[in-house]
Amino acid sequence: MSAGEVEGQRGSRILGGADARYAAIATLSTVVVLGVLATAVVTSAGWPTVKEKFFNGAEFRFWFSDVAHAFVTNIQLFLIAEVLILIWALTIAVIRNLPGPVFFPLRAMAVIYTDVFRGIPTILVVYLLGFGVPALGLSGVPTSERFWGTVALVLVYSAYVAEVYRAGIDSVHPSQEAAARSLGLSRWQSLRHVILPQAVRRVVPPLLNDFIGLQKDTALLSVIGVVEVFRQAELGTSADFNYTPLVIAAVLFIAITIPQARFTDWLIARDRRKQLAGRAGG
Amino acid sequence: MAKKLLVLAFTAFALAASACGSPASSSNSSGASSGALNCTPAALQTHTPGTLTIGTDNPAYDPYFTGPAGGQWKGQYNHDPTTGKGFEDAVAYAVAQQLGYPTDKVDWTALGWKQSFAPGPKDFDFYLAQVSINPQREQNADFSLPYYSSTQAIVAKPGSPITKATSLADLKGYQLGTESGTTSYDDIQAKIAPDKQPKVYDTTNDATQALANGQIDGLVVDFPSAYYIANVEPGGLKIVGQFTGGGGSEQWGLVMAKDSPLTACVNKAMASLKSSGKLQAIEQQWLANLSHAPMLS
Repeated sequence: MSAGEVEGQRGSRILGGADARYAAIATLSTVVVLGVLATAVVTSAGWPTVKEKFFNGAEFRFWFSDVAHAFVTNIQLFLIAEVLILIWALTIAVIRNLPGPVFFPLRAMAVIYTDVFRGIPTILVVYLLGFGVPALGLSGVPTSERFWGTVALVLVYSAYVAEVYRAGIDSVHPSQEAAARSLGLSRWQSLRHVILPQAVRRVVPPLLNDFIGLQKDTALLSVIGVVEVFRQAELGTSADFNYTPLVIAAVLFIAITIPQARFTDWLIARDRRKQLAGRAGG
Repeated sequence: MAKKLLVLAFTAFALAASACGSPASSSNSSGASSGALNCTPAALQTHTPGTLTIGTDNPAYDPYFTGPAGGQWKGQYNHDPTTGKGFEDAVAYAVAQQLGYPTDKVDWTALGWKQSFAPGPKDFDFYLAQVSINPQREQNADFSLPYYSSTQAIVAKPGSPITKATSLADLKGYQLGTESGTTSYDDIQAKIAPDKQPKVYDTTNDATQALANGQIDGLVVDFPSAYYIANVEPGGLKIVGQFTGGGGSEQWGLVMAKDSPLTACVNKAMASLKSSGKLQAIEQQWLANLSHAPMLS
């Protein structure tokens, strides 16, 4: 789908009958802008060098299968991390919303947790856990850098996702809980069956947004020795003194993140449509 | 190949243009270097006129740089290259002297070795940090004549099972590790072809830590580095053995920009250092006390 078409769809909503003209202008404008940019890049003095060093067809073909194979590692890493994050972050968010003075220490710990792990750059958490914990030499504790790298990603991203969940929980109107309690549901039952289902549905788009960030950050595990897509691309780069393998890695990331971004947009649009429909009906 | 040649021409043009401002001077300089070589500081088109700017990695490690830490090269295991102490440090100053630059006209710049072959203008005249010469790299950067040939070596914890290996085939089943982007990685794949994919680290320090942690069984590095990891740095590690890489011994060269106007003169200097015996004397002075480790095949 071209940018022009996307603009055209929006145009049809905004402008109604004038959508054909809107689409034509949008397409023309897109062609002109992209044309000028492409010309500026291709005619620049350094373009032949950049083309040779970054967009080299022979290098691309030579390294593609190695780099793509390494990308499977990234996919495994983020799939495992995402499941763990969904569970751990929800736990933290629920703890943070526990009412009453008895739960103050738990709430305080949840606040400290999110503050600390949102405050430390992910690469440092990866580095410190990946080399530090195995260095303790505790028996029974894994030394696998994949294990500790995944733990690091789960700890950091859970702090972000917990905040997303919390925003979702806070966005459910208090009357919902009041109504649930008046029907005889316990505090836990109303959270489980009334609050969370509404909260989670609202936060799906920002959640996916965080997951896209997480997927890209799996490349950070390269620093502790995991040969994933970035490291494999770098090995190719160093072997041939050519940056094309890194471009392959970039293309692979884009190939998985763009469909998710579009899916997120679609979800937002669908929710919006539902809300508008609901308002019109009511 | 034709595409590559075209690009080389463009690179040469870009470099000459950035250095001198006009393509005409490009043909002048290449004419000078192919005819009678004028290798004096006055004639050489260096990064800073009158000064030879040499690049190396930071940290700069033993035994290639052995002076005390200082300047940008801070830290317990770091070494300031301006001292002239250590194997590569001595080689760099010998080349500079051969070209006619006194010690006070040599300037050092720190940059990661992968930046040494990045496209675009260079901040150095030549770069040295155990960079091995190979044909792919030569397509994208100029190398001087080699100044050292190295084998690869395997370092391990004393008493661990891998230390009993007596052949490369014995190493196959172990988890090996190495530093990112080195020819050691290619040599592991070519000569050992291990069952498990080697793990790759950003620095030798990280790889050594992984070895200490038991995350890898053996660390593969060039032999002089292995010697220093095992015998000079703390940690009580041991060399299991050494082996020659897929393309024979590693040949280390000075890295210059592709089609650098300095390559011919640097090579001339390197050739005289070899024929005069000065290079062997430097190697003898800084690397002779490396103990010998069994050669694995």
